[in-house]
Amino acid sequence: MSDAAVRTETLDVELARDELDTALAQTWKTEPGLWGMLTTVDHKIIGRRYIFTAFVFLALGGVLALLMRLQLAAPEARMIGPDRFNQIFTMHGANMMFLFAVPVMEAMGVYLVPLMVGTRNIAFPRLNAFSYWIFLAGGLLLWIAFAIDMGPDVGWFAYVPLSGPQYAAGKRADIWAQMITFTEVAALAVAVEIVVTVFKQRAPGMSLDRIPLFVWSMLVTSFLVIMAMPAIMVASTSLILDRLVGTHFFNPAEGGDVLLWQHLFWFFGHPEVYIIFLPAVGMVSTLVATFARRPVFGYLALVMALIATGILAFGLWVHHMFVTGLPRLGESFFTASSMAIAIPAGIQIFCWIATLWDGRPVFKTPLLFVIGFIVTFVIGGLTGVMVASVPFDTQVHDTYFVVAHFHYVLIGGAVFPLLGAVYYWFPKFTGRMMSERLGRWAFWLIFIGFHLTFFPMHILGLEGMPRRIYTYQPDLPWHGINLFVSVSAVILAAGFLIFFIDAIISARSGKPAGDNPWDAPTLEWATSSPPPAYNFAYIPVVGSANPLWDQVGSLNVASGLRTARRELVVTTITVAEPQARESSPRNSIWPLLTAIATSIMLIWSIFSPWAVVWGSIPIAITLIGWFWPAGTPEDDA
Amino acid sequence: MKQRIVLDVSKLPLHGFGAASVTWWGTLGFMLIEGTGFALVIAVYLYLMSLAPSWPLNAPPPDLLAGSVMTVALLASVVPNVLVSRWAQQQDLRKVRIGMVVMSVLGIVPLIIRVFEFPALKVKWDSNAYGSVIWTMLGLHTTHILTDLIDTVVLAVLMFSRHGDNRRRYGDVQDNAMYWNFVVAAWLPIYGCIYWLVRI
Repeated sequence: MSDAAVRTETLDVELARDELDTALAQTWKTEPGLWGMLTTVDHKIIGRRYIFTAFVFLALGGVLALLMRLQLAAPEARMIGPDRFNQIFTMHGANMMFLFAVPVMEAMGVYLVPLMVGTRNIAFPRLNAFSYWIFLAGGLLLWIAFAIDMGPDVGWFAYVPLSGPQYAAGKRADIWAQMITFTEVAALAVAVEIVVTVFKQRAPGMSLDRIPLFVWSMLVTSFLVIMAMPAIMVASTSLILDRLVGTHFFNPAEGGDVLLWQHLFWFFGHPEVYIIFLPAVGMVSTLVATFARRPVFGYLALVMALIATGILAFGLWVHHMFVTGLPRLGESFFTASSMAIAIPAGIQIFCWIATLWDGRPVFKTPLLFVIGFIVTFVIGGLTGVMVASVPFDTQVHDTYFVVAHFHYVLIGGAVFPLLGAVYYWFPKFTGRMMSERLGRWAFWLIFIGFHLTFFPMHILGLEGMPRRIYTYQPDLPWHGINLFVSVSAVILAAGFLIFFIDAIISARSGKPAGDNPWDAPTLEWATSSPPPAYNFAYIPVVGSANPLWDQVGSLNVASGLRTARRELVVTTITVAEPQARESSPRNSIWPLLTAIATSIMLIWSIFSPWAVVWGSIPIAITLIGWFWPAGTPEDDA
Repeated sequence: MKQRIVLDVSKLPLHGFGAASVTWWGTLGFMLIEGTGFALVIAVYLYLMSLAPSWPLNAPPPDLLAGSVMTVALLASVVPNVLVSRWAQQQDLRKVRIGMVVMSVLGIVPLIIRVFEFPALKVKWDSNAYGSVIWTMLGLHTTHILTDLIDTVVLAVLMFSRHGDNRRRYGDVQDNAMYWNFVVAAWLPIYGCIYWLVRI
């Protein structure tokens, strides 16, 4: 390399292209080996790790589901006792919501948002590393507790008084509450990173109306996380306080109230559904455009629908509480708002259908999952409108009808698009294609297995089978359908197994993908697969919503960044006019140390309130280490 | 893919102030999270109040003195705080150093007052739900003051080190000042709830 490359002021244009790549690779690199793994702040490595870990939790949660189906396949089964069954369904729900669904969606954002907006790393990359470690610690806490028979057994919603000090002795409920703290801290951190990345690090020229729809969906989702997750942290913290130091938030004998728990929980819990669903919607909009070979129909309507859903999400929570005896007027209001959310959902469905209708659809595996999503989600949406009505809800509340409904909206509405998205972006993550043949097998097995498993649950619910029971008597009319459901669950599981096998095989030996295997229009495809550590040698300059379709053959870029420090472009919030060349932090071990200190404090505080005092000191020390300037070029200004 | 250079950013500053800085936006993001948290705790307070037959529950209203002194002290600290922010904008190292020392002291004062505030509540956290919620509000706000104090002290030390005279640090000082204003602003509704709502 020439001498010029080592000066701190060296600009990209002063170097030949291969010298530039070498210089940037040096500046942005993650060290090989264990130290590199522990210190990296590369959003792609952390995003991949996050996605992988979340899928491990999906597989574990799936095993729990199969165990429940095995137990329920026949009446009076003796395989799992009531106590273990309580732990299993609590673990299944908590694991799927807090350790799989929310993290995997945020993780897709962590990997993709910086690439899609054309920047070199996520905002606050060290916070991003911290977020992953905290998420991992929360997951380990829950599963290790389960392994030693300390798994929570109070349902994923942990209703008081069952989870309170009077009825839940031991530490099982505290494990649930503190797992919440871990995962919410992790989620809130990512939410702030994504908001700031989208607001300030978009490529020059990427005005609001040129932001890719997946990025819009992650932005709205991040605001939902920011506004909703504090509610569950307030709830779980006050539960721990009630259990540990004798406060009375949920104790009616001393002026507390059990319904307060349900209000706090569902003020978070309902937006939570949209925190999972909106990223999926963004994925669908992205996939539909690429595979219909035309820009998405109704861009503005789709963005407005995302925002409208985000706002309405906060006005629905009471529909989870229709049977608690709330005032009539309140129930009517929440029925109306619950039905209103079908409007933005409908608008989006029509826009996707219009895009496919007018395009030349290419039915590759990702698009199959999108179509599976549309079919399944519409059914789930229809039962959603049904349970939004108070008399109907009163009838089916706490039955398998509700289990069927929410699996239709969560698996159909979020997991199908997610699997399509994995097939779509896998080449970008790994540089290799997944198998189209195995992909079709996976899709059809999952799609058919899903409907055979969950559709009959509607009928079970209408026949009165309650949720969360560990067994039922032979004289009840449920066992035929239950056996059918359990056998179908095996088909569903086989589909997931093929998906996992495909992912593992393809990561090692899939067909090389090239930069843009789907001929897609957004910026993540303008760089190599997998992208280099610095994402883009020159920051792209954007003139439309589908830059790679509108600038065929060559990409407009900006020059003038330094090569010897980690540098990216900060732009204005609306029209993305360049404002500054900002530095991006280097790798650091401090986020991991901070996460370890935080984990010790949080787990210790399950057992003693003094942990908050003494445990905070190491956290403060590690945070100071984290933020103290190291005299690197990144500190220049 | 071939690339065509259409824009030169080499004349842009190496770090932006205020709305051009990512940390400024990050600070806003965390303020939104914490603000939501405070709003929810206040909602819990109002919810429990709406259910209670009498409020405060089986306790006299808190003594006004400590809480009101706290309010005055916090409001007064806004003046030097705004000045420090302005000096940081002007990148005046000497004044910023003095200002950061002053703000460190003004961060310790509320903690001392807080020691007198908890007993002035006249109820324990484990007496009843009313006690639980006001102790939680006060505890949360104490954590708020404490974390910002640590931040201020570390930043003050930093301003006396060789890393101090740097646009990036002046930006940090401004963000820290913005956060302190938020700590003060968050106190006012809590003060209103704990000390005045029980009296009307």
